[in-house]
Amino acid sequence: MTDNSDNILVRAQGVDKVFKRGSEEIHVLGGLDLEIPRGEFLALMGPSGSGKSTLLNLVGGLDRPSEGVVEVGGKRIDKLSERKLAAWRARHVGLVFQFYNLMPVLSALKNVELPLLLTRLSKAERKKRANVALDIVGLAHRAGHYPRQLSGGEQQRTGIARAIVTDPTLLLCDEPTGDLDRKSGDEILDLLQALNQEQGKTIIMVTHDIHAAERATRTLYLNKGRLSTEPVD
Amino acid sequence: MFNWFSQVISVIGFSIRSIPQRKGSSIAALLGIAGVVAVMVGVLSIAQGIARTMESSAGGDNAVVLRSGSDTEMMSGLGGDEARIIGEAPGIARDDSGTLASPELFVIINLPMRTTGTDANVPLRGVLSQAPKIRNDFKIVDGRMFEWGLNEVIVGSGATEQFTGLEIGSSIEVGQEQWPVVGIFEAGGGVAESEIWVDASVLQSAYRRGNSYQSVYAKLTAPAAFDEFRDNLTSDPRLNVKAMRETDYYAAQSEMVYNLITGLGTLIAVIMGLGAIFGALNTMYTAVSARTREIATLRALGFHSGPVIISVLSESLLLACMGGLIGAALAWLAFDGFRTATLNWSSFSAITFSFDVNFSLLLQGIVFALVIGLVGGLFPAVRAARQPVAHALREL
Amino acid sequence: MKYLYLIFSSLKRKKLRTGLTILSIVVAFLLFGYLSAIRQAFAAGVEVAGADRLIVRHKVSIIQLLPQSYESRIEQVEGVDNAAHSTWFGGIYQEPRNFFAQMPVVPEELFDMYPEYVLSDEQKKAWLATRSGAIAGRGLAERFGWKLGDRIPINATIWSKKDGGRTWEFDLVGIYDGAEKGTDTSQFFFRYDFFDETRAFGEGLVGWYTVRVSDPDAAAEVAAAIDAEFANSPSETKSEPEGAFIQGFANQIGNIGFIIMSIMSAVFFTILLVAGNTMAYTVRERTGELAVLKAIGFTDRGVLSLVLGESLALTLVGGAIGLGLSWLLVSMGDPTQGSLPVFYIPTRDIFLGLLLIAATAFVAGIIPALQAQKLQIADALRR
Ligand SMILES: Nc1ncnc2c1ncn2[C@@H]1O[C@H](COP(=O)(O)OP(=O)(O)OP(=O)(O)O)[C@@H](O)[C@H]1O
Ligand SMILES: [Mg+2]
Repeated sequence: MTDNSDNILVRAQGVDKVFKRGSEEIHVLGGLDLEIPRGEFLALMGPSGSGKSTLLNLVGGLDRPSEGVVEVGGKRIDKLSERKLAAWRARHVGLVFQFYNLMPVLSALKNVELPLLLTRLSKAERKKRANVALDIVGLAHRAGHYPRQLSGGEQQRTGIARAIVTDPTLLLCDEPTGDLDRKSGDEILDLLQALNQEQGKTIIMVTHDIHAAERATRTLYLNKGRLSTEPVD
Repeated sequence: MFNWFSQVISVIGFSIRSIPQRKGSSIAALLGIAGVVAVMVGVLSIAQGIARTMESSAGGDNAVVLRSGSDTEMMSGLGGDEARIIGEAPGIARDDSGTLASPELFVIINLPMRTTGTDANVPLRGVLSQAPKIRNDFKIVDGRMFEWGLNEVIVGSGATEQFTGLEIGSSIEVGQEQWPVVGIFEAGGGVAESEIWVDASVLQSAYRRGNSYQSVYAKLTAPAAFDEFRDNLTSDPRLNVKAMRETDYYAAQSEMVYNLITGLGTLIAVIMGLGAIFGALNTMYTAVSARTREIATLRALGFHSGPVIISVLSESLLLACMGGLIGAALAWLAFDGFRTATLNWSSFSAITFSFDVNFSLLLQGIVFALVIGLVGGLFPAVRAARQPVAHALREL
Repeated sequence: MKYLYLIFSSLKRKKLRTGLTILSIVVAFLLFGYLSAIRQAFAAGVEVAGADRLIVRHKVSIIQLLPQSYESRIEQVEGVDNAAHSTWFGGIYQEPRNFFAQMPVVPEELFDMYPEYVLSDEQKKAWLATRSGAIAGRGLAERFGWKLGDRIPINATIWSKKDGGRTWEFDLVGIYDGAEKGTDTSQFFFRYDFFDETRAFGEGLVGWYTVRVSDPDAAAEVAAAIDAEFANSPSETKSEPEGAFIQGFANQIGNIGFIIMSIMSAVFFTILLVAGNTMAYTVRERTGELAVLKAIGFTDRGVLSLVLGESLALTLVGGAIGLGLSWLLVSMGDPTQGSLPVFYIPTRDIFLGLLLIAATAFVAGIIPALQAQKLQIADALRR
């Protein structure tokens, strides 16, 4: 392997994704290639229905390609067993969703602690790390609050804290600002940028917002199942 | 008024049309209630069956005479002379062959039950010629009457069904003797159907009872003649006996079992009913919360809360009613007429009876189901109607 | 352990629904415990019956009496250790519904035959010294509030006295306890010699014999030998093991076990529906949340366990409360106000209850749990 390939964190080659809806087949991705170097903050744009979330799911190990190879950190994840894949996700990926997807019955702190339950850490250690993560997103003072007691921006920050608590290499964010106003959105983007620059996290962010994409180090456009560096209308 | 009524109709329409979306929980509630009703009706039908057997044994104008101090035939004893005097007492009806009075003997013998093969105490009754006339609807349904003076027996239809060795052609073993079964009889569903009958004189000699009896059954000229009949016997210095109306005599025999089973059955039904109420509450709360938005929208559009309450209530009553009907039907199909034997504690002998799922029991079951439905629907209905519209509209 | 918090938090989401479901489970296990006690009341006699004891009675029926002279003849049969007789007295204390068993016995023989009846030596001595003395079981004495020294009048229904009277008066000189939990302490024993000299008729006749055999494995042969001894006599006998005799008697009352089983099946069928339905709702409502759990690394198996765990938590709480309540209810007394010989929930049934809790949890939770397991993350998150 060359130095260059060592530096590539995510590699997708010839990825097809076909959904079957009854007898109908929907080809979402076709022969897609993608390489993301470590430390990149990639913005992914494209019209609704173009397959952005689908691609993100493939990279995050939430779904498998119909055809092709997905490699993350030099490891093929498209062939892993369900159990191994789950363990892999727990170790290596942090996910941030458009609608936050927090557990309504758990406090912010417990929500953030959730992924740590899958580790062997002691109870005290789990609590400490969850607090650190909350502190990073600036919500240490809201630790005991429940999602319904938090604003949208605060909920999303909790979501980001949950994503980074296991210290993953890769952060996947699907429209993280899609449900927020400009100000809260900017706070989230500041946070992601800081994580990218200061902690070296590799980030893929799906967004419809050109302002958000400007924060990234690179922007790719998805259209008709393929990626390009130029927007297509 | 019309407006209100049409509101009710349309809201009920909405709610009934949404039942299929909540199939799972609706069926759970419905079957739950069905289960409760089936158990309740099933258990109570045992008590009803025993009571009915006792009732059909008793004639309103019949009397039973025992030695004073004894409550049952088994404990009683009457000399031949006493029996004759009782048989001539005023108030007893007559026919061509004399007064309708029957001195009788009562013992028990061991026979194996068909169900378990273990022994049961089967009553063996020694009778005189008037005995059949004093029982309700006595008739030989198979074979023939025994010959007087011979070691032959006839067997009640219940006894032949429940115990082995009582078919026509087989014989029962009494001491060293074999007594052949020559006929099967019915007696209007009464206690006699659990018994074996033989000529009293045959029984007297087999059991070395001399010329003694244990009871006298008598048909009176009219129910009202009883007081005179009793007073005459109790004031007769030659006698030391007590006379009872047959109705009282049999009612007393079944009272304990009846109360026990009814009490226990009711207790079980009430506890189970509580469980069903919780189930129904769950279903209806779920139904209401699934329809929170719809209900709020209706109210925002100007519907009153009355129709909303009524629609929720009628849905739960509908489910309960269906559950009740299914449960009652199930109990009726499974239990009604099911014949079995139990021990009559008063006579220490077997009594055969059929589970009796009668109309009033079915009705009781359905009413119980409706009560469950009412309680299960009321609280959710009130909650639905109380919900602040604005708040409910926001809820997803 | 660390998932416990997660399980309980999700049960708290819909407190009302969780509460109602738990309550219906409480009801099921309350009935389970109570019905177990009723079943036990009929079954205990068989369970504690001595394997080495036979009952010898008149062949035609139990109400026919046997000569007391049979005792020595039975004892001469090969394999018989001892024989003791009892007789059904069938008297009434105050009123008929105060039913309990009274029997004239020979005191020394009673204690030799039934080591499970425990009486202090002092009270044994007092009984041997008092002709009209009687002893009562602990349960019976408590039922009527009897104390030592009480005079207990019992009205005979069968056995009138030589003086023509029907009221027998006994002096309570002892109260016996049961050596085992299932021992019947609802009986009343008085002395046969007093009985025999006082009764107006039937002198020298007794109801039945209890026979102890030296080798329980040979019980059947001994029973046959006893019956052969009296074959072709005016009073032929029928001998059978004590357990079979008691079982036969219980069978006469009806198939209690079957009736109770049927009721329980209906109860648990109902409860399973309610609990299963609740679990189905919990899963359906939380499709999204469960998918997120999977997305952040919970395995399919982990999510399945989580849902089953919730189901178990529900049933465990409800079942424990229900069993506890039934235990309380049972210790408050039996439904016949004391006519049942014993009334308690056997330990075996408590374990059975715990098993049933696990089974209920599993059956109610498994379908929703499987649904949760099968959930496709990508699909579920799109909703
Ligand atoms: N599980 C599925 N089953 C069937 N079709 C699917 C499934 N998932 C996605 N699709 C289809 O694939 C296409 C791409 O969907 P995807 O969610 O990736 O789009 P997107 O680019 O994220 O859109 P948006 O910007 O609206 O989020 C759509 O046409 C969608 O209908
Ligand atoms: Mg998308």
